Amino acid sequence: MTRALETLLADAVAGRESALGRLLTMVETDEASASSILAKIPPDRRRAFRIGITGSPGAGKSTLVDRLIAIIRGEDLTVGVICVDPSSPITGGAVLGDRIRMERHYLDEGVFIRSMASRGNLGGISRSVAVGVELFDACGKDVVIVETVGIGQEGIEITSFADATVLVLAPGWGDSMQLMKAGILEVADIIVVNKADLGAESLAKGIKDILPLARRQVRQPVVQTRAVENMGVDALWAELRAVQKDPGRSSTSSAAVTKVGTHA
Amino acid sequence: MSHPIRVLIAKPGLDGHDRGAITLAMGLRDEGMEVIYTGVRQSPENIVRACSQEGIDVLGLSLLSGGHNYYFPKILDLLKSQGLDDILVLAGGIIPEEDREFLKGKGVKEVFGPGSSISQIADFIRSNVKGECS
Repeated sequence: MTRALETLLADAVAGRESALGRLLTMVETDEASASSILAKIPPDRRRAFRIGITGSPGAGKSTLVDRLIAIIRGEDLTVGVICVDPSSPITGGAVLGDRIRMERHYLDEGVFIRSMASRGNLGGISRSVAVGVELFDACGKDVVIVETVGIGQEGIEITSFADATVLVLAPGWGDSMQLMKAGILEVADIIVVNKADLGAESLAKGIKDILPLARRQVRQPVVQTRAVENMGVDALWAELRAVQKDPGRSSTSSAAVTKVGTHA
Repeated sequence: MSHPIRVLIAKPGLDGHDRGAITLAMGLRDEGMEVIYTGVRQSPENIVRACSQEGIDVLGLSLLSGGHNYYFPKILDLLKSQGLDDILVLAGGIIPEEDREFLKGKGVKEVFGPGSSISQIADFIRSNVKGECS
């Protein structure tokens, strides 16, 4: 590890944001730097609650993350967020626009928001994201949230380093045929039907009816939200906490559908 | 060891006209750069915090409402105070000719007004960004 890298890492762990920002850029740039940074982080440093947010483009992932940040900060926990947006298959360029939804947290000392381009990685998750999560953890973030690029069927990589994975769907997403398909629906810990005011009942009911038919089907809780109006997000946080406390929970409990406004 | 150039496009102050900023964001995307857009009506503190977290190479400031001589130096001072003065800062929007030297003296590297082409801006960025970028 070069001295420059070592200094940056020490500064980042000591809380200097610009050092962490630069480190994350190095991690994205250079495989060797990423490896040596990982080697420097003791495995027992892992203590953050890691949340993955995935789902189709425009389903409301960023807005949900914005609302979750507010709840997490309300519990006096710090949070690091990595938002991944797609790279152009033509030029390699990208527009990274997720942080715009989290504007109210721009000046909160306890919130660090980082945008990353997918750089061609399938499933919306690159090695840089994985190393970024470790870095956030090493820098003392209590919660780390990764928002993937918009995906909907495959793209299960997020589950490999998230303690809890949330699949965000919106009304109009599809009928029961879509719910019968394999993939991310099988492995998400919690399913959110966002934009519930646009008629979430049939999709939520479909999830409840169809998913338990699979042999090894996890019976995920289904939470209805209206992220823009900040409705149902407290119920999502409660389900996330439940998964954190008991990772096996979602595979044993019966599917519960929490509607907007019904959760205490 | 090269990465796509990371650019942050920001609009400080009371100015909701972001067609130029959006045009540039998409144009630089098509030039192979990674462009972060913070949205309109940002405070200097918001912008500099985003610069710090995003580990960027270039900051593009756009302002059409006439507040550039107030906002841009404030942002440049904040960048400096956080050790982020290696970021290449460019200005765009409606910046009168007579203000340009003042802004350049404060650390703005170049001013691109109406009529500038995307490729002209992209070329300027490529030849002025420090470090190893593609």
